[in-house]
Order: sequence, then C-alpha cells, then structure tokens
Amino acid sequence: MATRILGELSEAAAPPEHDQTTARPVARIRSLTKAFGDRTVLDGIDLDMARGEFVALLGRSGTGKSTLLRALAGLDRDHDGELSVDGDVAVAFQEPRLVPWKRVHANVTLGLRHSDPRAAARAALAEVGLGEHAEAWPLTLSGGEAQRASLARALVREPDLLLLDEPFSALDALTRITIHALVLELWARHRPGVLLVTHDVDEALLLADRALVLGEGRIAREFPIDLPRPRRRDHPRFTALRNELLTELGVAVEEGTA
Amino acid sequence: MSSTTLRPTTVRPLRLPSARWVRLISPVLIVVVWQIASSTGVLPERLLASPATVITTAIDITRDGTLPHALAVSLQRAAIGFGIGAVIGIGLALLAGLSLFAEQLVDPPLQMLRMLPFYGLIPLLILWFGIGELPKIVLVAFGVAIPLYLNTFAGIRSVDGKLAELAQVQQLSRLGLIRHIVLPGALPQALVGLRQSLGVAWLALIVAEQVNADAGLGYLIDNAREFLRTDIIIVGLLVYSLLGLLTDAVVRLIERKALVWRRGFLAS
Repeated sequence: MATRILGELSEAAAPPEHDQTTARPVARIRSLTKAFGDRTVLDGIDLDMARGEFVALLGRSGTGKSTLLRALAGLDRDHDGELSVDGDVAVAFQEPRLVPWKRVHANVTLGLRHSDPRAAARAALAEVGLGEHAEAWPLTLSGGEAQRASLARALVREPDLLLLDEPFSALDALTRITIHALVLELWARHRPGVLLVTHDVDEALLLADRALVLGEGRIAREFPIDLPRPRRRDHPRFTALRNELLTELGVAVEEGTA
Repeated sequence: MSSTTLRPTTVRPLRLPSARWVRLISPVLIVVVWQIASSTGVLPERLLASPATVITTAIDITRDGTLPHALAVSLQRAAIGFGIGAVIGIGLALLAGLSLFAEQLVDPPLQMLRMLPFYGLIPLLILWFGIGELPKIVLVAFGVAIPLYLNTFAGIRSVDGKLAELAQVQQLSRLGLIRHIVLPGALPQALVGLRQSLGVAWLALIVAEQVNADAGLGYLIDNAREFLRTDIIIVGLLVYSLLGLLTDAVVRLIERKALVWRRGFLAS
C-alpha cells in the first residue's frame, strides 16, 4: 500500500501547471468580514485562489481559519463582503464524519447524483486504497482508513475546490505521512484547488504552493512556497521557510532547535 | 472507579461454578418446594394452586378452547391499540422533532400527559366510551404513544449536528437529510421506546381487561377469581409473561437487524 503511493509520488510531485494570471480564480474573496457578537473574527479578508492551486491557511487558534473555510463551504452565509466560488466544492473535516449507519460505499456517494453510484464509490475507494472496505461499516475502520474514506467522499464529486479542515491532525505520525502522499497524488491527478487549514507548519511546507498566515482577522502574511517537489525536509530552504513561518506565527525559534 | 485498585480475586469470597445450568437450581427448587407445600396441604388450593394443577389446567383450558379464544381477543386488542398508539406517538415525534414550531405546539401537552397516571383514566374512559372494546384500545394506544413519542423525539433531537452539516456540504435535500441522517440516527432511541411501549401495552391491557371485560385474558383471570380458581389465574399470568418475553425477543431481533452498524453488534 505504502509503496504504491510512494511509487507514484514522483509523478504526483511534478510542478503544478497552472497559470495564475490568466485562469479564472476558483475562489474569490473580497473584504470578507465576520463577527460573533462584538468579537470580529474575520476583518476584511481578500483572497484569490487559482484553479489547481494548493493553498495552506495557517494561524494560531481562534484566528478564524475554520471560520473562513466554513464560509467557503457555504456552511455559514452570515457574513459581510464578497465571496464567490466558481464550481463545485467538497469538504473533508477534521473528524472523518462518516455516517455510522451507512456502509463505506454509501458514505462516499452520500448526496451524489450519479448513474452508477456504486461503481463511482468503488473507483474512488480504490484510489484511496480502500477498495476492500467498500462494504464495511464505518465503525470498523481505523482512524486513517476513515479519513481516507472521507477523502474519497470529497473527491468522488470531482470538486473544483477542495476544502480540508485539519483533516490530518488526529492521525498518528506514520499514517499522516502516507495520507500526505495520497493527498498530493490525488491533487496531481484531479487538480482541484485546495485550501488546507492546518496548525502544522511542516504540513504546509510539504504540501502547499502558497501559505497564508491569518492574524488579527486578516491575512497577515503570504509565503510563496518555492520549494521543488517532491518536497524534502532536509532542503535548506525548507528550514528557512519554516523559521520564517514560525516567527510569523509568534513562535520564537532559536538557532539550532529547528 | 479505577480498575487498577480493584482486585476482584480478593473481593470474590467463593469460587462458584460458572456453568449456565447453575442458574436453574433456585427456580427449580422453588417449584419443588411449592409442589411439596401444596401436596402436604400447607399451601391450600384456594390461595395458590400447585404447579401440577397449573399444568393440567393449562392443558385443559387450551384443549377446550377457552385459553386460545381469550388469547386471540387480547392479542387483537393489543395489536389494534399498539398500531394506533404507534402511529400517533411516532407521527407526533416526527412533527415535533423536525419542526421547531410543531415542537412548541405538540411537546408541552405531551409532556403533561406523560405525568398522568394513565390507569387513573379508566373511570373517564368508561364514561366516554362505555365498557366495550373502545376504552381498552384507547388505554393501550395511550400507553404506547407516550413512550414512543418521548423516545423518538429525543432520538431525533440527539442526532449529531455535525452530520447535518455534512449533509449540507454533500448537498442533500431536506428530504434526503431526514431520510439518510435524521431517521436512521433516531432509530436506536426509537427502538428503546418501542420496547418500553410494548411493555406498557401488555400492562395497560391487563388493567383494562380486568375492568368490565367479557372476554380476553384479563377477563379469564378476573372470572377465575370469583370462583377461587387460583390455577387459572396462574395460567393467565404465565401467558402474560410469555407474551412479554416474546415481544421483547421480537424487538431484540429488530434491533439486531436494524442496528448492525453499531459497535456492540459489530463485535458479536
């Protein structure tokens, strides 16, 4: 399983071929503002996401990362400003959110309009390496398997915009490595725009084209991640970018500890 | 409660054989003592018939058709009452569960009715509906509707809001949300209500049939009292118990089929 994914990773890691200047953005946000009571969480966000672009959204807890994602997912329409998404949106949540009383294949095709949903589910599950588990009940899956099923459910809709709300944070370190590889592989094949909300600086550096740091309700800083793919943690730019990001996030990094 | 501080080996004073048949010893012993007490005249027949008499009587009233007829009448009452009560209970629970406005209308009176000791309704039911089939069926329906309503309503409201959010993201229609998320999610709790309501149904029937009935199990028992036939009373009670056991087994079977996805059933 792991070897299959890692084997294909080299293809998957080919540099993304999108032209950010000519393509219509898949998501466009202008002065998005959101307040809960008298607490302003988002205070004038501007963001353009190109088709096929992988964007990581970082920020300390409570900076409104998930609020922004929920707005893009259409789960929260009560905000000011402009927000438009051109195409279909799919979401993978922090918890896999599989419906426990539906078998895995039925979870994958929940709400999907398709002439042969079972075949679509099987294909999507095979892609994430869960082909054998199509008939299983969600409660029999491990955490990593459930998160794969959740990815299959998001991808079966062939979204133009894939929103990932910290979907890897609850996985153990080893599972996370394989799922990272899987996400890159699926991204390379289907080319959705991806917005990944994460706390994990390394995750952003391993996956994204661009990292945005939220602070004070705004996009405080934007980091183009110009590392060659496949990404390697021992690349000198990796460490440099990591320190810059951590500093922006308010985590002091001493020489030698990173 | 920490498991590390509990040492069950020192808590248990005696090592008992754990075979299943061990649990049969005391019930058999009770029946034997009961039979001996009856045979020696310590326990007079007019207070409690002997086990042997109960068995012969059971066979007799089954053969002459008394018991089957009474059973058929009671079963019919229970089934009709249960059917009506289930439709009302589940129907109202769906209304109140799926609409906040309906909840405001439906829930307060039902919460009040729930506190009513409904056997206390019998005098009123007799005044309203006479002494025929109707008051008995109404009583059973009432007893069934309340626990089914309460549990189904609670079940609907306990469905995880995150799954509702998921349904929205997956672009399920409102009908799809109800069908795929809300109703299956409410089912475990609704089945708890079903089990309670079946228990109540038999209880309501026993009470209703001992008041002004001219047929059915309750009538059989009440009639036997007038002729001091404790054997028939015991047979009637045993039949009630068996019916209770039987319906419970049916609900268990339904749970096994309908809730296969749950951890408890997956393990077995």
